[in-house]
Amino acid sequence: MSKLICHQENLDESKIQELVNICPFGALEAKNGTLEITAGCKMCKLCVKKGPQGVMEFIEEAVPSVDKSLWKGIGVYVDHIEGELHPVTLELIGKARELASAVNFPVYCVFIGYNIKDKAQELLHYGVDEVFVYDYEELKHFRIEPYTAAFADFIQKVKPSSLLVGATTIGRSLAPRIAARFRTGLTADCTTLEMKENTDLVQIRPAFGGNIMAQIICPNTRPQMATVRYKVMTAPERQCEPSGKITHCELDPAKLVSGIKVLKVTRKEVEENISDAEVIIAVGRALKSEKDLTMIEELAQLLGAQIAGTRPLVEAGWLNAKRQIGLSGRTVKPKLIITLGISGAVQFTAGMNGSDQIFAINKDPQASIFNIAHYGIIGDIYEIVPQLIENLKSSKSLACAR
Amino acid sequence: MEILVCIKQVPGTSKIDVDPITGVLKRDGVDSKMNPYDLYALETALRLKEQHGGTIKVISMGPPQAKDVIREAYMMGVDEGALVSDRKFAGADVLATSYTISQGVRQLGSFDLILCGKQTTDGDTAQVGPEMAEYLGVPHIANVLNIIEVNDTSILIEMDMANTIEVAEINFPCLLTVEKDIFQPRLPSYKKKLSTKDREIKIISFKDFEDQNEHRYGLAGSPTQVERIFPPSANTDRETWTGTPRELSSQIVTKLRQLKFV
Repeated sequence: MSKLICHQENLDESKIQELVNICPFGALEAKNGTLEITAGCKMCKLCVKKGPQGVMEFIEEAVPSVDKSLWKGIGVYVDHIEGELHPVTLELIGKARELASAVNFPVYCVFIGYNIKDKAQELLHYGVDEVFVYDYEELKHFRIEPYTAAFADFIQKVKPSSLLVGATTIGRSLAPRIAARFRTGLTADCTTLEMKENTDLVQIRPAFGGNIMAQIICPNTRPQMATVRYKVMTAPERQCEPSGKITHCELDPAKLVSGIKVLKVTRKEVEENISDAEVIIAVGRALKSEKDLTMIEELAQLLGAQIAGTRPLVEAGWLNAKRQIGLSGRTVKPKLIITLGISGAVQFTAGMNGSDQIFAINKDPQASIFNIAHYGIIGDIYEIVPQLIENLKSSKSLACAR
Repeated sequence: MEILVCIKQVPGTSKIDVDPITGVLKRDGVDSKMNPYDLYALETALRLKEQHGGTIKVISMGPPQAKDVIREAYMMGVDEGALVSDRKFAGADVLATSYTISQGVRQLGSFDLILCGKQTTDGDTAQVGPEMAEYLGVPHIANVLNIIEVNDTSILIEMDMANTIEVAEINFPCLLTVEKDIFQPRLPSYKKKLSTKDREIKIISFKDFEDQNEHRYGLAGSPTQVERIFPPSANTDRETWTGTPRELSSQIVTKLRQLKFV
């Protein structure tokens, strides 16, 4: 078993102090002239790499590895609620295809639910080689034991090298259960995935609250598992002609038993709240009249955005006060905000400068909004917005005619 | 009802920087606290006990100083606590951690209900709860929003499923991970602090476990390996675009497509 040891004979007072300071986890403690490694050790080995020579040593013992040649293909868990596909599934298929092509693997989907045979057909338009379907009434609702059993059955049958699961409510509950059952690694919320030639999956995720990125591998066990959040990867274009095949899988009825009964399913009321919005179109004083909001609404609809604005618009009665961004309104942190004709006073920007992507359109090149915008677009909203609506519409209608 | 709550000591701050040249982690101070999400699990347990009786135990894994969070749980009204701690557990990833805690749970007795917070603020994976449930052989439900009713052999809960809210009944024994805001956590009480200051905290180490296979714990029991850590690339680039409305518009659409908003 790999271990970290401390050569106490090579220690002196200053080396002890140095090592205590190096350990970021406070797991090295000075004790009566000796150094003790506590249970806080995370085996980051910084004390070996950065500490004084000859004191800390890491003794590595080779870990038995699985025969990787027996595990082939990239599997994608088809995320859905009551048969309604979650778009993260298509994004994962896109990524799986990319990873698979690097090592010449097939791409599989595992689809678990009830009355989902037609939906499985749709997946064949995205470049999947084979969809494994578990279709039973007991799988109508997501219940952990039967879903785990079906997923595990797929793994035993197909032996996929890597598995990608959406970091959704279901994925975050199901993937760990599978990882534990197969005693394998699972990396949550990966932002980058790459394939090594030896079929090891390189998984990169933010660690410690996002201040650090960690690159993680799972070299000795299979399947390798990763969850990925929605909108991190790119969905492939839908192909007009389906390809690949659907395989219906049988499951022992004993495995469909659950200690959980789902008694009631209520659709959530969607109450619009700009603080939760992922995409926001914010309008400012450049808007000349209330009726021009129609144009803004059209744009918002095309981008799946919510409309928000600055205080003058709220005071004019054109926008509900709940839609005001800024110190006297709400703070928002969407993935995308497009500001239209907003100059960028501090009272406004304080409520939105944490947004992931800021696009700002304004006539005045000197407007202070351009100091915080990632993409500053100098122009008149009355000229750009109608054009933008047109471009977005035509790009949407490019989807293939069935 | 026998309830177990899993709690963790986490760094007091998430402000950790990596020195871009040496790759060394720089932690500001060594402040630590109870994982805030665990407070909701504790509060849930305390309310269930108030209404239905029974005992509440807590379990934590970590270095000896993690006893502090168990003390804090005592101050809130928890009856017993145990810390799973051993150098042999060093370097554990999610899998090894879940397995280690589940071995510890077996040393504490049997439970009707195991409660966890939704995730920790330092790991952010939300995986340890479900993995433990697998090793303990019990069903689990994540994202529990509300406890509706407790029966002799089951509990009725409301769970958050993204687009829907589901009401489900789950048989004991089971594991639930609760959402933030399920109940408002109480503050530690000074009276309880005094009355529990000598209360024992059981230490469970490797030698106490049923499974004595060293390869299932710590670094050796961890299938994932961190190859390297690095600071995220800072995106401070700002671009300014000029042109005709047509050019600007198509430039915007191209960028939005690249960023996956279209």
